[in-house]
Amino acid sequence: MSDTRSVTVTVNGERRTGEAEPRLLLSDFLRETLGLTGTHVGCEHGICGACTVHVDGEAVRSCLMFAVQAEGAEIATVEGLADGETLHRLQQLFSKHRALQCGFCTPGMLMTALDLVRHRPDMTEAEIRSGMAAVLCRCTGYEGIVHAVAEYASGGEA
Amino acid sequence: MKPPRFDYHAPESLEEALDLLADSGPDARILAGGQSLVPVLNFRLARPGVLIDINRVTGIAGIGDAGDRLTIGAMTRQREIEVSETVARAAPLLHEATGHVAHLPIRSRGTIGGSMANADPAAEDPAVAAALEATMVCRSRRGERRIAAAGFFVDVLTTALEPDEMLVAVEIPKIPAGAGAAFAEISRRDGDFALAGVAAQIALANGRVSDARISACGLGPAPVRFREAEEILLDGACEPAAIAAAAASVAAACDPHGDVHASAAYRRQLAEAMTRRALASARERAGGSA
Amino acid sequence: MTATSPDGYIGRSVPRREDRRLLLGQGAYVADLVLPGMVHAAFARSQLAHARIAAIDLARAAAEPGVAFALDGAALAREMPPIGGMQVTAPKGWAERVEHRIGLPPQNLMASDRVRYVGEAFAVVCADSRYTAEDAIEAIDVEFEPLPAVVDPETAKEGEILHPDIGSNAVAELHVEKGDVARAMAAAPHRIRRRFRHHRYAAMPLECRGVAAEYDRRTDSLTVWSSTQVVHWVRKELAAALGMAEEKVRVLAPDVGGGFGGKGHVYPEDLIIPYLARRIGRPVRWVEDRHEHILNAAHSRDNIHEAEIGFDDEGRILAFRDRFVVDSGAYSPVGAGVAYNTTAHLLGPYHIENFSGTTEMVVTNKTPNAPYRGAGRPEATQVTERLMDIAADALGMEPAEIRLRNMIGPERMPYAVGLPYRDGVPMTYDSGDYPESLRRAVDEIGGVEAFRARQEAARAEGRWLGLGLGCYTEGTGVGPFEGATVKVDASGKIVVSTGACPIGQGHETVFAQVTADAWKVPIEDVVVLLADTSTLTMGYGSIASRSTVTSSMAIGDASDKVKAKVLAVAAHLLEASEADLELADGRVAVKGVAEMSVTLREIAAAAAPGWLSRRPEGSEAGLEATSYYEPPTVTSAHASSASRTPAGCGSSAMSRCTTLAGWSIPGSPTARSRAGWCRVWAARSTNRSNTTSRASC
Ligand SMILES: Cc1cc2nc3c(=O)[nH]c(=O)nc-3n(C[C@@H](O)[C@H](O)[C@H](O)COP(=O)(O)OP(=O)(O)OC[C@H]3O[C@@H](n4cnc5c(N)ncnc54)[C@H](O)[C@@H]3O)c2cc1C
Ligand code: FES
Ligand code: FES
Repeated sequence: MSDTRSVTVTVNGERRTGEAEPRLLLSDFLRETLGLTGTHVGCEHGICGACTVHVDGEAVRSCLMFAVQAEGAEIATVEGLADGETLHRLQQLFSKHRALQCGFCTPGMLMTALDLVRHRPDMTEAEIRSGMAAVLCRCTGYEGIVHAVAEYASGGEA
Repeated sequence: MKPPRFDYHAPESLEEALDLLADSGPDARILAGGQSLVPVLNFRLARPGVLIDINRVTGIAGIGDAGDRLTIGAMTRQREIEVSETVARAAPLLHEATGHVAHLPIRSRGTIGGSMANADPAAEDPAVAAALEATMVCRSRRGERRIAAAGFFVDVLTTALEPDEMLVAVEIPKIPAGAGAAFAEISRRDGDFALAGVAAQIALANGRVSDARISACGLGPAPVRFREAEEILLDGACEPAAIAAAAASVAAACDPHGDVHASAAYRRQLAEAMTRRALASARERAGGSA
Repeated sequence: MTATSPDGYIGRSVPRREDRRLLLGQGAYVADLVLPGMVHAAFARSQLAHARIAAIDLARAAAEPGVAFALDGAALAREMPPIGGMQVTAPKGWAERVEHRIGLPPQNLMASDRVRYVGEAFAVVCADSRYTAEDAIEAIDVEFEPLPAVVDPETAKEGEILHPDIGSNAVAELHVEKGDVARAMAAAPHRIRRRFRHHRYAAMPLECRGVAAEYDRRTDSLTVWSSTQVVHWVRKELAAALGMAEEKVRVLAPDVGGGFGGKGHVYPEDLIIPYLARRIGRPVRWVEDRHEHILNAAHSRDNIHEAEIGFDDEGRILAFRDRFVVDSGAYSPVGAGVAYNTTAHLLGPYHIENFSGTTEMVVTNKTPNAPYRGAGRPEATQVTERLMDIAADALGMEPAEIRLRNMIGPERMPYAVGLPYRDGVPMTYDSGDYPESLRRAVDEIGGVEAFRARQEAARAEGRWLGLGLGCYTEGTGVGPFEGATVKVDASGKIVVSTGACPIGQGHETVFAQVTADAWKVPIEDVVVLLADTSTLTMGYGSIASRSTVTSSMAIGDASDKVKAKVLAVAAHLLEASEADLELADGRVAVKGVAEMSVTLREIAAAAAPGWLSRRPEGSEAGLEATSYYEPPTVTSAHASSASRTPAGCGSSAMSRCTTLAGWSIPGSPTARSRAGWCRVWAARSTNRSNTTSRASC
């Protein structure tokens, strides 16, 4: 019907191809076309951060990108964090510090935090708070999240 | 909240992009970082028939040193500007201001050109451009046009760009020796658009202010330099009394609006406080003692 | 088999069962569900606050590529009745004890003849993607004739009538009184009258709402997934609206991304989407977007109070009168419950002999008003606590002091408040030491005197420091009931299901803890099934901070019934007397003779019906029981909090700089923090004689 094109991306190390109208948001491409529903959608205008994924190594809002723009890109989503059955260290720390309740913000939190810590490994707690303000959490009140990210950044054991 | 249909083009050369822009007429929109455009598409508040995605256009991104100024390609991501040592050294005002733009994942995509072209009254980049008298390098099939910041920002979300013109680079004069710059801002939460932000750059010669630049975001329809406040500082020592007088002058001269986030009166109060903070830091960074 | 925790699981921090899937991105929210052949729904929503629908034509929309079905509100109204005006009917005792006049409008599923708020749906489209569905919405031809919008609750009565069938925009009035307010107020040495406005709020969970539904033609049954806190309510309203047997309708809440009360009642979409699935014979999914959510998901609070207190020179409150108007928006889905909840909490922890509370609920052209965190309580606390501060100021008294002078002391417990609660039962504060609670909170921020000294010093430097106190007493663990089914299945696992619908609280973990302790089994041997009407006949849902209390009680009661059977079967198998048996570690053993034991799995096999059954003669087969716990009424929880702006925070200090320093709930066995509740239940379950109404806290 409309002008769709084929989009090929590498997601969590795997080459995936899907059809996309130019207007298809990357968030919907990941969720609906590729079935990767770990990436959540909370606002579709860049505010909440639930849809954050990594594109070519950097965290971005997948609701503010079109799938066609990601042609050829390397994408990382929450589904790719664990190593087999073993949770990623940040995932373990989120559990340890009670950094999630309903879990809706969690994928965005994890993807944002990983990029943030890589971007600025030596953050103070205030900087972590400021950086993690990129993602909205309605449940936890952020304390657990800040503690988990701080411990992750400091290299502590989960 | 799904965008309406549009024709999509992703040219790889500037010429191709400018041709598309010229041929598509006013129904076309340039897609840069998409951090302002895609939200309004998702809300269906904008419905351009044609999107010209310039993310794959070569030669319009990157930070270049051009002697007394930096030439920053329009498609340079705000994240790249934030981490650039060149920018931190030669344009510390832009560097500090960029840290206030949204959040890291948004700066990963957002571009300096997009921010200038978008001309949001609360955006930091236009305020910096106004303060530093940046030059906007614009191109169309008709040729190049260089527009001074003062003439570029016309009104709320309105610039001097013609429909067939693209901003290709922003030239930012380097900070002179002996000068200090600071950007002070208040927002509801870190990363939100500013309720009020003030950009200041002060040059000192023999302890006297030889050049002063003050502009603001969130305090009027388009960024302007606050000449009267700058005059107050010139030739003085930028001492607390002068800073207070300059801050009062900015508060009186600015033209804030009230909305759900803050009343105009509150913004005016912030204008004064932010000016004081920005000037005090700029002066300190210029080497003057507090 | 892992061992039972020696100290039990309740009160201990255990890893959350929910975490792993949520951290891996393997949670499943409504928007993640994919059903074969599914279509996507989008609604056309009013952009006008009040207007008559003069004409509507869906032809163009229906002809858009990819559109499967389009329906307008008038057509739907011919097929389905509106939702009743009060999803929660007033309890009998309440109706007898509270003067009231209630005439709430039923809520049309979609606007049929007029739209009454921005965001109200007037048509729906199903298409092969949400994108095309939204395209089709834009192709709807509709003509509105604007009507004057009613926006000010205080003049709503004079405005354009929203619901002609009701005949007035004042849709409810409630009144309660104790003592003689008029006399006491007139005689009071001091009187203060103030107006307080509590603005609109919205719950704003990070996951918006969503509904997916699938109709099975073979069995004529519906399966509905809704992002809701109340699956059983949804089933009740849906089955009634579609004329189906409740057992033909299964409603589940999958993972839910927060609710905060905003998903705590039945919305039109909960009924429309399943209706569409049945009507068009394809699964339908509607995922509310944030724009819709902001306009259409219920808002809350929005009161204007005219409050007056009379007090003496010592600061003792002699009379308290409050008259407030609630802006209900266009509909009030849960009725007058929230409004009355405000009245019921106005007296808070204070002994005030003369009180009158009058409420007027009006409809306006705004989003419907329904419960949100606290459901009426914060509005009350704001009024009462501000009046305390204002009175203290008038008398030159410390705000803490005036509160202490009016607080109900521990010697008065249990304390009869003299007003009915919203469940209709006369309120009794069961226990607690409120003054001690406040004193501790104030001590924790360093005491009032030290603060005043710092405040003086700061003021001399041109900085203003503030001290804030807030005290309240709330009814908690409200009914009407919650249900649980407990069984020991053939694998020997304890399977519990209850009507609680988790929205992030960690219910799977909590009920596993409770059950593991009740059965003395390792927590791994407990299976928890939630938010699925197919696992429990009658349930209520997760609203009003009640689930841990009410579900756990039902789990406890049902467990007791099943355990009795387990012991009977075990006694039969072991040829021992029940009194000599004990249940621990997933088996029943003869006390002191560990070798003489049978596992739960063996007992389940023995209890099964059929040729291999080895249960006692005449006993019923199976290890399963259901209980419905009906709390006699609420219990009272109390807290005092003190906060100060810390020294060093500048004059422009914002609320962010505030530290919440004191938070203590001392004393009472029942008014403990909710987390501590389980201990009480645990005590109760081991000692039957301890079963009093208080155990229901
Ligand atoms: C949650 C959130 C918070 C934000 N907070 C801030 C903030 O605090 N401060 C701030 O400044 N910004 C903020 N932004 C917006 C900002 O980050 C954008 O990146 C920026 O304003 C626009 O840049 P862009 O490259 O994304 O432009 P786009 O969104 O791609 O384009 C914006 C407009 O400019 C036009 N345009 C873009 N590039 C060109 C060009 N080269 N020539 C001509 N026209 C062009 C487009 O056609 C469009 O009309 C925020 C955004 C979000 C989503
Ligand atoms: S869904 Fe992308 S930022 Fe909220
Ligand atoms: S855990 Fe629910 S929004 Fe963060």
